[in-house]
Amino acid sequence: MLASLIIVFREVFEAGLIVGIVLAATRSVPRRGAFIAAGVASGVIGAALLAGFAGALSDALAGRGQEVFNAAVLSVAVVMLGWHNLWMASHGRELASEMKAMGRAVAGGDKSLLAMGIVVAIAVLREGAEVVLFLYGVAASSGEGWVALLTGGLLGVALGALVSFLIYRGLVAIPLHHMFTVTSWLITLVAAGMAGQAAAILAGIDVIPSLGFQLWDTSWLLSQDSILGRALHTLMGYSDRPMGVQLAVYLLVLAVLAIGTHRIESRERPAAAGSKPI
Amino acid sequence: MLAAATTAWAADPVVLTLKDHHFTPTEVTVPAGERFRIEVQNQDTTPAEFESNDLRVEKIVVPGGKIVVTAGPLKPGTYKFFDDYHPNLAKGTLTAVAAGKTQD
Repeated sequence: MLASLIIVFREVFEAGLIVGIVLAATRSVPRRGAFIAAGVASGVIGAALLAGFAGALSDALAGRGQEVFNAAVLSVAVVMLGWHNLWMASHGRELASEMKAMGRAVAGGDKSLLAMGIVVAIAVLREGAEVVLFLYGVAASSGEGWVALLTGGLLGVALGALVSFLIYRGLVAIPLHHMFTVTSWLITLVAAGMAGQAAAILAGIDVIPSLGFQLWDTSWLLSQDSILGRALHTLMGYSDRPMGVQLAVYLLVLAVLAIGTHRIESRERPAAAGSKPI
Repeated sequence: MLAAATTAWAADPVVLTLKDHHFTPTEVTVPAGERFRIEVQNQDTTPAEFESNDLRVEKIVVPGGKIVVTAGPLKPGTYKFFDDYHPNLAKGTLTAVAAGKTQD
């Protein structure tokens, strides 16, 4: 039971972190609960479908279907995260200043929520499909103790949900306007990490050059397979053996989002302060 | 493609068979400094996930299915691989051997 708990937990851990961050990042955006719940639900349904068609996907595109699919959904998530961050840069002040509590809807808030709902759906979809296949294998093997294995698996899913809750609670404990700064940086790092991962996947099937298969190896210091390594992999794109192209794309997305956010914020600042124009 | 044009390729893929959640063979050798393919055939009735952090691959293998992954060029050394769904049973090692040291 413990073995299957660990296997499932390792898969849902990453999705759990992302859901927790998204919940915190969309805090005080009206109606975020419905969008995120819909994201999780679509992700679960999508995961079951994806698991059902795993064989067909695997054989698609001359055996590269899985890789192309993974790189594509990661890229969509990167765009959605980036969009949300830039949107938050121009509206975060309104959200932080409690004006929304007076029932003032934030223009465009639904689009940003849709983007974050898609991010949640993708995170759940990617990890969920692997969980579904694992649990299917457990159920299908019908060997001794499959009930215990299945119980372990379901406990693993519950633990993943606990991770979401804990990171959410941790983030919302930060005072509101500092919290948006923290979640904005977290989302930038998550997006950069995902972009780097997508690039590494494409380099793995020789669609793009790897620019160095392994730039360095820090697995002796922190293995990417350890729980801390996995957390840092999700939160900031930590890789113990990065490819050249992975690092390049990571830094590119990091720079684009950091500079974009900064420029929007400095443009918004005088208007939001409501006083002397520059 | 672009990368393949400038990279040396090992001739034949390394073939691994998964049966009863065990790899056959469990130890394989590839030339260092070249890109190579690993073909994994799953003869079990349950899905597997061929994974190697060392080789940077992770791919689902459905029951009765086969997949091909590409890795390298590697430095000489030993690299671990496993089935992520049965990590205690299905595991093996791949050794990258420097050119000129392979036994022909």
